[in-house]
Amino acid sequence: MLKRYNINNQILILTGILIIVPFLLQNDFHFEIAILAILNALICIGLNLLMGYAGQVSLGHGAFAGLGAYISVILSSNYELNPLLSIFIAVMIMAVLAFIISKPILNLKGHYLAMATLGIGIIISIVLEVEEEFTGGSDGMSVDSLVVFGYEFSDSISWYILCAVLLVFTIWAFENLINSPFGRLLRSIHDSEKAADSVGIDVSHYKSIVFVISVVIATIAGSLYAFFSGFISPQEASFSHSIELVVMVVLGGLGRVYGALFGAVILTTLPQLLTAFEDYETLVFGVIIILVMIFMPKGIVSLFDKVVKKKEQNSASS
Amino acid sequence: MVKKFLIRAMALLFVSSFVILGAKENIKIGAIVAATGPASFLGDPELKTLQHYVAKINKNGGVNGQMIELIHYDTGANPKKAVTFTKRLINQDEVVAIIGPSTSGETMAILKFVKKAKIPLISMAGAVAIIDPVKPYVFKIVATDRMACQKVMQDLNKRNLTNLALISGSGGFGKSMRKQCKEVAPDFGIKIVADETYGKKDSDMTSQLLKIKNNKNVQVVLNPGFGQGPAIVTKNYRQLKIKHPLYQSHGVASKKYIEIAGDAANGVRLVAPPVVVADKLDDSIAYKKVALTYKNEYEKAFNSQVSSFGGHAYDSLYIIVEAIKRAGSTNPEKIRDEIEKTQGFKGVDGIVNLSPTDHLGLDTKTGMIMLEIKNGDWTIVK
Amino acid sequence: MIELFGYMLSGVTVGFIYTLVGLGFTVIYNSSGIINFSQGEFVMAGGMSTVFLLYAGLPLGVAFVLAIMITSLIGIVLYKLISFSKDSSQISLIILTLGFAIFLRGLAQVIFDKQLHTMPSFVGDGAFEIFETTLTYQALAVIVVSIVIVISLYLFFNKTKTGQAMMAASNNVDAAKLMGINIKKILMLNFAISAVIASIGGILLTPITSTNYEVGIMLGLKGFCAAIIGGLGTPFGAVAGGLVLGILESLVAGYVSSEYKDAVAFIVLLAILFFMPGGIFGNLKSQRV
Repeated sequence: MLKRYNINNQILILTGILIIVPFLLQNDFHFEIAILAILNALICIGLNLLMGYAGQVSLGHGAFAGLGAYISVILSSNYELNPLLSIFIAVMIMAVLAFIISKPILNLKGHYLAMATLGIGIIISIVLEVEEEFTGGSDGMSVDSLVVFGYEFSDSISWYILCAVLLVFTIWAFENLINSPFGRLLRSIHDSEKAADSVGIDVSHYKSIVFVISVVIATIAGSLYAFFSGFISPQEASFSHSIELVVMVVLGGLGRVYGALFGAVILTTLPQLLTAFEDYETLVFGVIIILVMIFMPKGIVSLFDKVVKKKEQNSASS
Repeated sequence: MVKKFLIRAMALLFVSSFVILGAKENIKIGAIVAATGPASFLGDPELKTLQHYVAKINKNGGVNGQMIELIHYDTGANPKKAVTFTKRLINQDEVVAIIGPSTSGETMAILKFVKKAKIPLISMAGAVAIIDPVKPYVFKIVATDRMACQKVMQDLNKRNLTNLALISGSGGFGKSMRKQCKEVAPDFGIKIVADETYGKKDSDMTSQLLKIKNNKNVQVVLNPGFGQGPAIVTKNYRQLKIKHPLYQSHGVASKKYIEIAGDAANGVRLVAPPVVVADKLDDSIAYKKVALTYKNEYEKAFNSQVSSFGGHAYDSLYIIVEAIKRAGSTNPEKIRDEIEKTQGFKGVDGIVNLSPTDHLGLDTKTGMIMLEIKNGDWTIVK
Repeated sequence: MIELFGYMLSGVTVGFIYTLVGLGFTVIYNSSGIINFSQGEFVMAGGMSTVFLLYAGLPLGVAFVLAIMITSLIGIVLYKLISFSKDSSQISLIILTLGFAIFLRGLAQVIFDKQLHTMPSFVGDGAFEIFETTLTYQALAVIVVSIVIVISLYLFFNKTKTGQAMMAASNNVDAAKLMGINIKKILMLNFAISAVIASIGGILLTPITSTNYEVGIMLGLKGFCAAIIGGLGTPFGAVAGGLVLGILESLVAGYVSSEYKDAVAFIVLLAILFFMPGGIFGNLKSQRV
């Protein structure tokens, strides 16, 4: 049965870990970090699809997550819509927006694409800050909790379960996607756009789809985070948040879904561990990024690869 | 075999001795300050004050025989971080009371979390919305922005100035004070003839000031805001050679403002809590002694000029400490109840009288003074 | 009309600062194809170092020179880091320079502090009154020094042997190598020059708008927009882009909305990327397949 649904060992291990983790967490705050890590991981998986498989760098994804979240929050808090419906509408709006944006910018190459996403991201974050009437401005706004079919998600455990389930589902969906004809198409585009184009693949169409998917995931994760933490501010859409997300993906390992997961988990928990070095936090963060990019440019996941390789070599030789 | 057992037994005794000795727990008080970033000249003296006086209290035996443990976090005036740190203080650090945050925006963001956790909060920020309407768990011992507006407008009346231009910071306090000023202006016969804003981290306000300069109706300018914004506004103001009088709020009641604005600050008028000129105050003022003692102690310990912000931290800390003493317990609910019963407290900010309907406790008359900056120093305007 | 002049004047002053930052981007990009996301932090380093050297009691001239030297060292360190990295794909380098920027900011927090700092204008606090607007001496200094730097760069790259060698190297790396030109040295020199320009910008800027450890973020981004708007292929691109950006920002803040001032740079950036990717002085390097 497992094979039929393409559930491989890794997903089982992940599920196992996710089940054990709550017993290791000692208080609500720990749960908060874990949930944040999972939600970041979701955004990173989408971003990884865009950057790693479709080869398009986005330096503005924090803004998309933030904007999507704001739309959900404004619809549910100011217009009293059901939160789930709000998220759904936000996803629709962001998907359309992403599609429209993708057309002109995905034709840009390399640095210029990165710059365009940067520009769009910053413009979005400025708009969110300035339009105080809707968004509460730079001081943010309070968010009411998530109520689904009468059940209020008010405690950490229910949120954790929701997020963990979403995570497993997303990774499973992602792996299936990559191994499908669609996924192979993507990889061929990544390897060489010209070659793919020459065999009749509508390159820009596929790039747009991937872009939209990554924005949709970001919207969902961003919205959930807003409902969970009870507060939203333009910080979510800031340039630094966008950079954090990109660093998570690359640090973990570009093009590797578990890389995105590791990157998100490590970079979400690290600042909490580093508050002991309060003053040195930024410095240490910078040093870590530099060291990893110089010595492990394929990401932390590449360390695991080496271990697995060694094991295989050992078992082969014994 | 026996040796191993002995070693283990010793280890066990050693460890358990700590457990027994440590049984008298510390009183954990949380602090959220903007020690860095655009509000650093609010948060930095606040943090220094808290650390200094917590150490002093502990040296003198603590409170009810227990030592105070100050757990502080730096938010850089970022409301999102304030929210995260509040949750951390409540859930992980398990504090019994929280002092701060330094700014109004951050305070408004965390209100619902302290309410849910039922932990008393004494904010060090200025916006009147923090304590009006009254919220059971939220207090502040800082003169409000509304009071600042009223004090400034009283002075405008004295100088026969009626047409006011506002240039406000967009962060919580600036936004809030701008709103308050617009509300109370008609009470004093003041007309707002220009209304500009700038961002928290902006480094140049020339364009906004040019608009004000080119506006023929303007007679006087008021800059609601705090931290680095007003300092830059002041510098730009003089660079553009704008002739109208410039007023600031108590968001700049720190020598750091004068330091950054330089000569441009001369001639600027501002409202400020009395502590910055504690030595120049009239002896008849009841809390002069407390304010002066604080000023001298701070300046000696840190080799830098006192600011009103550190004063807010001092008052907040001691009100909590007194409340814990009276409650004879570290239960947050009981601490809250005792804070609310504070009467006749001689603070650096004035005499504080709290009640279930008044979580500010300050007297509008004596809470603020009109100052003018001359030769890089504060002078009291008579 | 007078109003307009006032806005344009303040726009020109800010514009030259953007030019200086943009020039730094251009120099590095032209020689190595790398976009240096820590350029803004070089500006910050120049300003902050000078301020603290002054606090330490050093005379003005010495502080300037030392600050510039320190910053150029930082530029060289970045170059070394880049040459060490095993993977030179675009995304890796983007992250590396971003990481370096974060590192520099963190270093500044630790070595200096997190407060706002300023220094007195070194040409005095006076100003000229022109048509009822003011141009401070400091602003004039910014304009004059920037023009001098641009002209010097032009002369250096086009009239001196070293400069011409550098231009040759960036146009055709292999041919340059064959001609015995030391590519590594040239790249290093380019990074150093870029850092020097940035630090001068930081020094000029500090008396006007103060400095602190974060000042590099927005400056870097806007200077970068300026470089792209003008066109990355030539130093004049940074000049054109910087001025256009500075003036537009000022006009928008004055006539439209002061709150959206910061968005101007990025809106123009997007417009250029969509319609004129080469920038005003369009000199797009051809795309490799």
